[in-house]
Amino acid sequence: MNSASSLKFLYAAYIATWTIHVLYIGSLVRRYSRLRQRKKELDRARSR
Amino acid sequence: MKRVFPILAVLTALLLGYAFYQAMWVAPTDALQGDVYRIIYYHVPSAWTAFLLFFINFIASVQYLANAKPSTKRAAKWIVIAIGVVGAVVPFIPQVQQQLPTGMYPSSVATTFLIIAGLYFLVGRYFPGQSLDVLAVTTAEVGVVFCTIVLITGPIWARPVWGIWWAPGDIRLTSTLVLWLIYVSYLVLRRFSDSAQTQKLAAVLAVFGALDVPLVYFSIWFFRTQHPQPVIGGGGSMDPRMLHVLLISWMAFLCFAFLVCWSRYGLEKLRREVEEAEALESLLEPADPSERTSKGRVPLSRGPQ
Amino acid sequence: MRSFWSITLATLAKDIRLEWRSKDALNAMLFFSLLVVVIFVFSFDPLAEESRHIVGGLVWVAFLFAAVVALNQTWARELRNQVLDAYRVSPASATALFVAKAVGNFLLVSLLQALMAPLFVIFYNLRALGPAWQLIPVALLGTWALVVNGTFFAAMSLRTRSRELMLPLLLFPVSIPAVLGMVAATTNILTGENSAHFYIVLLLTYDVVFTTACLALFETVLQAE
Repeated sequence: MNSASSLKFLYAAYIATWTIHVLYIGSLVRRYSRLRQRKKELDRARSR
Repeated sequence: MKRVFPILAVLTALLLGYAFYQAMWVAPTDALQGDVYRIIYYHVPSAWTAFLLFFINFIASVQYLANAKPSTKRAAKWIVIAIGVVGAVVPFIPQVQQQLPTGMYPSSVATTFLIIAGLYFLVGRYFPGQSLDVLAVTTAEVGVVFCTIVLITGPIWARPVWGIWWAPGDIRLTSTLVLWLIYVSYLVLRRFSDSAQTQKLAAVLAVFGALDVPLVYFSIWFFRTQHPQPVIGGGGSMDPRMLHVLLISWMAFLCFAFLVCWSRYGLEKLRREVEEAEALESLLEPADPSERTSKGRVPLSRGPQ
Repeated sequence: MRSFWSITLATLAKDIRLEWRSKDALNAMLFFSLLVVVIFVFSFDPLAEESRHIVGGLVWVAFLFAAVVALNQTWARELRNQVLDAYRVSPASATALFVAKAVGNFLLVSLLQALMAPLFVIFYNLRALGPAWQLIPVALLGTWALVVNGTFFAAMSLRTRSRELMLPLLLFPVSIPAVLGMVAATTNILTGENSAHFYIVLLLTYDVVFTTACLALFETVLQAE
C-alpha cells in the first residue's frame, strides 16, 4: 500500500483516539453537572 | 476541583501537544512501514496506560477483599512483602538469571516486583476504607476507555501494514480484547447489581479476571505455534529515537490519564454523597406528601451513574 | 456437626431427587439442546470438506449455550424458597454448598452433552483421525471449566437485574482460554493434525486455578445480600 493512501489510516487513528477521549470527558462533565444539580436540590430541601 | 487542577490540565495539554509534534514530525520515518507506523505513538502508550490502570484496579480489589477481616488483611500484607522480597532477590540467582529471556535484565525484574509490592502499600495507605473501592471503579472505567482506544487503533494500524484488520494469533491484541471484555463485564456488574455488597462482588470479579489473563496469553501463544500466522515483521529492537518519542508520548498520556482519573474519582465521591443524602432524605420524609422532593425513591443501586 | 462431604452429598442428592421428581426443566433443556444441534446442522454444511476443522468449534459452542441454560436455573429453587438465607445462617460450610451445586451442574451438563454429541457424530459423519480416547479428558476438563465458573457466576448474578443475561456476560470473557483449549484440542483430535497434549494441560491448569478461586471466594459471594 503506498504511503499516501496509508496516511489516511494514521489520521483516522489519531482522530478516533481523541474522539473517544472527548466523548468520555463530555460524559463525565454531564454526570457531574447533573449530580451537582441534584445535590443543590437536596441541600435546599434539607435546609427548609 | 482544587486550584492545582487547571494548572495541571494546561501543563498536560502542552505535554500532549509536544508529544504530538514529536510523533508526527520529529520521529524518523520507518523504513518498512512509512509514516503510518506513527500510530504506535498513540496505540502503545494507551495500552501501557490501560494495563497500569487495570493493575491498580486489581491491587485495590485484592486489598478490598483482604481488608474485610483483620486476619486476612495481615496475611495479605505478609504475602505481598514476601512477593516483593523474593521477586527482588531471585532474579539475581545465577540459575534463574540464565532462564530469563534475552533482553530481560534481572534488575528490571527485581524492580518490577518491588514496584508491585510498593504499589500495594501505597494504595493501602492513601486509599483507606471505601476510597479503595472508589479507586477501583475509577481505574476500571478509565482503563476501559484507554483499552477501547488500543482495540480501535490496533486494527486501523494493522490494515495498511499487514493487509488484514485482525489476526487471531496476534497474541497482544487478542489478550487485550479479553481484558477489555472482562472489565466491561466488571462495569456492567457494577451497574446492574442491586446488592449492598456490589463492591465485594466486583472485587471478586477483578480477581478472577487477573487470574484469567496469563491463561489467555498462554493459550493464544500456543495456538499461534500450531497455526500459520500472517508475517508480522518488525520484531527486534527499536530505533532509539523512536523509543524516545514513545516514552514522551507515554508520559503525556499518563499525565492525561491521571487527570481523568482524578476527575472520575471526584465524580464518584460526589455520586456517593448524593446517594447518602437521598437515603437520608427518604428516612426523614415528612408525612405531608406535598412536601416530598421530586425524586422520593431511594436508589439502592450502588452502580456508577 | 456433619462433615463437609456428608453435607455436599446430602445437598447433591436433594437436588437430583427434586430434579427427577419434576422433570419439566430437564426435559425442556434436553429439547433445547436438540434444537441447538439442528440449527447448527442447518447453518453449517456438514458435507463440506472443511467440516472436520470447524466441528470442534461448533460442538463446544453448542455445549456452551446448553450449559448456560442449565446454569441459569442453578439457584432458582433456592431463591424461591429462601433456602439461601437459611444456608447463610446455618453452620454448614458455604464451600460444601458450592461443591454440591457445581457437581450437580456437571452431571446435568454432561447429560446434555451425552445427548448432543451422538447427534453431531451422526449429522457430521464424525470420525476421529487422532487418538479418540483423548476426547474424554477434554470433555471432562472442559465441562468442569464451564460449570465451576458458571455456578460461581450464577451465584454472583443472583442479586442483579437481568439475572439470566448477567451470567453469560460474566462467564464468557473469563472462559475464553478454556474455550480456546477445548475447541483446539477437539479439532486437533478430530483432524489428527496436531497434538492436543498442551491444551489438555492448559485445561487442567485452568480447572485447578479457578476451582481454587471459586472455593476460596464463594463464602464472600454467598454472604452478599
